[in-house]
Amino acid sequence: MTVTGWLQIALILAAVVAAAWPLGLYMARVFSGERTFLSPVLLPVERAVYIAANVDPKKEQTWLSYALAMLAINGLGFVLLYGLMRFQHLLPLNPQGFAAVPPDLAFNTAVSFVTNTNWQSYGGETTMSHLVQMTGLGVQNFLSAATGIALALAVTRAFARRTAATLGNFWADLTRATLYVLLPLSIIVAVAFAISGVPQTLAASAEVTTLEGAKQAIALGPVASQEAIKQLGTNGGGFFNVNAAHPFENPNAWSNILSIWSMLLISTALPITFGRLVGDMRQGAALLTVMYALLVVGVAIVYAAETSGVPSQIAAGIDPAMGNMEGKEVRFGQALTALYVVATTGLSCGAVNAMHGSLTPIGGLVPLFMIQLGEILPGGVGSGLYGIIVMAILAVFVAGLMVGRTPEYLGKKIEAREMKLAVLAILILPLTILGFTAASAMLPFALSSLANSGPRGLTEILYAYSSAAGNNGSAFAGLTANTQWYNTTLGIAMLLGRFAYVVPVLAIAGALAKKTKVAASPGTFPTHGMLFIGLLTGVILILGGLQYFPALALGPVVEHVLMQAGKTF
Amino acid sequence: MSSKPIALFDPVILRRAVIDAVVKLAPRQLVRNPVMFVTGVVAVLVTLIFIRDLAFGEDNLAFTGQIAIWLWFTVLFANFAEAIAEGRGKAQADALRRTRSDTMAKVFLHQDDNRDDVYETKSALELRTGDIVLVEVGDTIPADGEVIEGIASVNESAITGESAPVIRESGGDRSAVTGGTVVLSDSIKVRITAAPGSSFLDRMIALVEGAERQKTPNELALSILLIGMTLIFLIAVVTLWGLASYSGTVLSVTVLIALLVTLIPTTIGGLLSAIGIAGMDRLIRFNVIATSGRAVEAAGDVDTLLLDKTGTITFGNRLATEFIPTPGIDEATLVEAAFLSSLADETPEGRSIIALAKSKYGASEPADKSGVVIPFSAQTRLSGIDLSGRKLRKGAVDSVLKLAGLSLEQAPSGFRDAVQSIARSGGTPLAVADSAKLLGVIHLKDVVKPDIKARFAELRAMGIRTVMVTGDNAVTAAAIASEAGVDDYIAEATPQDKLAYIKGEQAKGRLIAMCGDGTNDAPALAQADVGVAMQSGTQAAREAGNMVDLDSNPTKLIEVTEIGKQLLMTRGSLTTFSIANDVAKYFAIIPALFVATYPELGALNIMGLASPQSAILSAVIFNALVIIALIPLALKGIAYRPVGAEALLRRNLLVYGLGGLIVPFVGIKIIDVAVAGLGLA
Repeated sequence: MTVTGWLQIALILAAVVAAAWPLGLYMARVFSGERTFLSPVLLPVERAVYIAANVDPKKEQTWLSYALAMLAINGLGFVLLYGLMRFQHLLPLNPQGFAAVPPDLAFNTAVSFVTNTNWQSYGGETTMSHLVQMTGLGVQNFLSAATGIALALAVTRAFARRTAATLGNFWADLTRATLYVLLPLSIIVAVAFAISGVPQTLAASAEVTTLEGAKQAIALGPVASQEAIKQLGTNGGGFFNVNAAHPFENPNAWSNILSIWSMLLISTALPITFGRLVGDMRQGAALLTVMYALLVVGVAIVYAAETSGVPSQIAAGIDPAMGNMEGKEVRFGQALTALYVVATTGLSCGAVNAMHGSLTPIGGLVPLFMIQLGEILPGGVGSGLYGIIVMAILAVFVAGLMVGRTPEYLGKKIEAREMKLAVLAILILPLTILGFTAASAMLPFALSSLANSGPRGLTEILYAYSSAAGNNGSAFAGLTANTQWYNTTLGIAMLLGRFAYVVPVLAIAGALAKKTKVAASPGTFPTHGMLFIGLLTGVILILGGLQYFPALALGPVVEHVLMQAGKTF
Repeated sequence: MSSKPIALFDPVILRRAVIDAVVKLAPRQLVRNPVMFVTGVVAVLVTLIFIRDLAFGEDNLAFTGQIAIWLWFTVLFANFAEAIAEGRGKAQADALRRTRSDTMAKVFLHQDDNRDDVYETKSALELRTGDIVLVEVGDTIPADGEVIEGIASVNESAITGESAPVIRESGGDRSAVTGGTVVLSDSIKVRITAAPGSSFLDRMIALVEGAERQKTPNELALSILLIGMTLIFLIAVVTLWGLASYSGTVLSVTVLIALLVTLIPTTIGGLLSAIGIAGMDRLIRFNVIATSGRAVEAAGDVDTLLLDKTGTITFGNRLATEFIPTPGIDEATLVEAAFLSSLADETPEGRSIIALAKSKYGASEPADKSGVVIPFSAQTRLSGIDLSGRKLRKGAVDSVLKLAGLSLEQAPSGFRDAVQSIARSGGTPLAVADSAKLLGVIHLKDVVKPDIKARFAELRAMGIRTVMVTGDNAVTAAAIASEAGVDDYIAEATPQDKLAYIKGEQAKGRLIAMCGDGTNDAPALAQADVGVAMQSGTQAAREAGNMVDLDSNPTKLIEVTEIGKQLLMTRGSLTTFSIANDVAKYFAIIPALFVATYPELGALNIMGLASPQSAILSAVIFNALVIIALIPLALKGIAYRPVGAEALLRRNLLVYGLGGLIVPFVGIKIIDVAVAGLGLA
């Protein structure tokens, strides 16, 4: 670790927070239907959308009809995307002439992009036509991100309102998230990416003659624009198979910094929006502090683990000062690779600028654990905020009892119904991740997909299901996931991780919105101080640790101990 | 009621609890506690495995047998905790039950031809609501009811512990009688308002016995969390079997069950109902009966307490505090005149004048008391005495002025100033005159109870605002409010005002507690989140509230609130402790399970436990013993201190969170040394 490395990390995180603060306040205005500086341009477009879709943005929805609307558009998105892939050979804009995508891969990919996971069992540049990439995947990149933001807003309103039957209008939230937040930001970021050297073209590939005189086709396409929404919407689905490690997706240090900044931006801004809308900025700041505290700790561990090197590499004569550079790009360096690794897993982004499978055991344990903690540090756009709110509800429940009052969060009492739903939600992740991992660990045909043996192989399976259920999308390379078993089960894991989680959360929001706000008194436990920050951090770590301790012990922990003894896999 | 404290571990109760702990193994009882039910089911499973191994002669027989035994102990210890709490409650209830076990009631049937009443003698248990019973001298009142005819003195010591008899009469605010109390004089007809099965005594007995104990809202929410935690660990343990098979490790069902039971929150799960029962029991020790556990929990959440001024904050009577002579009049003359004119005045005000004159001004009984007493009348609003030619009068200022033939403006300025300054301070001026000569003014004042200010300060420290409700005008109310140290007051309050105030506060999201005794308090008591009715109050008030204070002491709410808070704090802290314990248990068991496959995982055995089997056994034993160790804490509850939420949480997190992390590391290590030393594993 170097001081320069830490300075780079600190500066980037500071730049994120500095931009997220005004963005958060701006979003609070947008989703309250207030005028913003973009209204003169966008209001006519917004109205036209409402008229075309026959939507009255002022007509509020209960949690159930909000949830049904969300499920409807995502269901429709799934069907369209699935159809596009299955029939891409018959459709235009397929210059490479790719064949139809097989059913299990199409199912997996459609689910993946609808759920904001962007797990890719395929190589983008060798499987998907431009039509699929732009209208299918590109549209879903916007839609799944906008869905996440809308859901976060619905949950926020549950705390901002008192005795309300409704949580807002899903269609209005979705439209506003796309028009006022995602589109303008992705235009700016796409231009910035193009300036930093990322290609943006409709051409299929460039024919070049190599130094040896051989002809080589270099894949091209509308990379910069997809890169922008991929990062901003924490989608993470790259244009190229190797994602942001590819020199066209992420050519240099500047594009790398821009990548990290843009993927953290909206998830960092949403707690600020939350603080503004519930009328107490300190509440949002407290959640953000927890998110960033754990993020920074994660970066520190990865940075330390990767720079301290691997005994067997050192024994082979590699300079220990370099640390473990396997699977990393020299143009990014250790510090910003560590930050990228932890940010992309703390977020449910899943874009990668290094091969996570090549990280040291401890360096790989951190991103895995960041995902397993529920993608809340700071989490996917929207999903991070509502995820950490569920954790906050659990934390204040125990804390509230310990101070002798009926537990409440932001004046809303947490009672049996909310607990029932919260428990239902938090059961989804361990059930999906551990259930499918254990099943795969026992099934011979599932094990045949493994490239590595020993504990590393188990980690690869565990990582795949964690990534899917957490809607992250990054992979611990080494697992050949493009098989019927993995495509199907990973698809199911993604669906459960997104929708089986968020529906109970919306139901909690519906129940909380109906409640009156309890006035704060000296007997009320304040949820903005250091004590709450510490408590929430502890609850997140202990709950996550207790669920995954045995699995992690058998994967990365054992591998680490074996590595110290000179054994690698 | 006797509040004789029951020793924490009374031998009789202990003996009964041991038997009850076994009886409670019945699945129908166990299923009410999901965590313990799961423990019971896996205990059966391990026992079956043990029997199978016994038959087929497997290895590890001793190990499996010991695990089975300790799993059974875990369930028995939890049952034992509940049985002790119930036993203590029962002991309390039995004393109460004796008071009404053999009561007979004379039920009014009809009038015969001679217009005499005809009665039938029935057991009190057969009474129905609406029955009219005759209660005569020496009879025990058979059930809660309302006096509809007659007046009697009643000994309520069975309920209140106060031996002085109280008057109960038809009509008015003193018409309610309680089952189990005894009529000392006269006879009354009582209309039964609560069938014996639902009278306050019965509800109280049901609550402490746990027979009809329903889970309170917070208890229910916590139970759901505990079920959730149990499911999470079930998932973690079942999938571990699959994960282990990846590395070729075959885990036996016994060790997986051992891991499961140590992880699921058995500590809090086992103590949860004991905590709840003990809370109700504590409440009864403070002579408060709650109609539901829900009310007690709500008491812990109270933000605002509404108190009637009269009888609660002040003594309820205006008392003389000062004599102010008219300029030019000797003070002694005024004191003597006031003294004489009050000689025959039996009202509290009159007696307080005598008392003040004696104590502060040294007046003594006059030799000649043979004057003509002029009693107080509503028309004249005066009273006094004609004595040796003097016409001494005291009374309302305007009445006395009229007698003197003066208007207030014509009165001496010193007199006028005194009257006005008394009125301004919220007191009542009483004028004293000898014929037409104004002698001076007596300052009558509502005197605030001496210790009340400290009690309100205590409430404020707990985060509870106090609001005084009074029929007085705003000036008087403000004066008393500042003297008593209440946070707010409602002056000239009508019953509607009280109701409106409560609704307004509730709309702002506050929880309101109210104490009341009169029938006109009933709507407000019903509207309040916590309504504490005084035992001395009317039946209507007692029905409207959700608690009855047998001592009729409105500041009792402080204790009730503390008990409510203690209840929640004990549950929360033990939950935290229970979950924090799991960290150490993982470090004990996980290396033990896999050290054969990955000897390097021995690095996680940071406690240095002797052998894998001893590690697992020690964790299971610790898990069972910790339930027993925490029974006293569950029964006594965690001490509440009015130090604000943040300080309270910091302290409890430190003790039960951090403590919960560290204690099992030490405990399991000690048990492991013993287990290894005894050669048990």
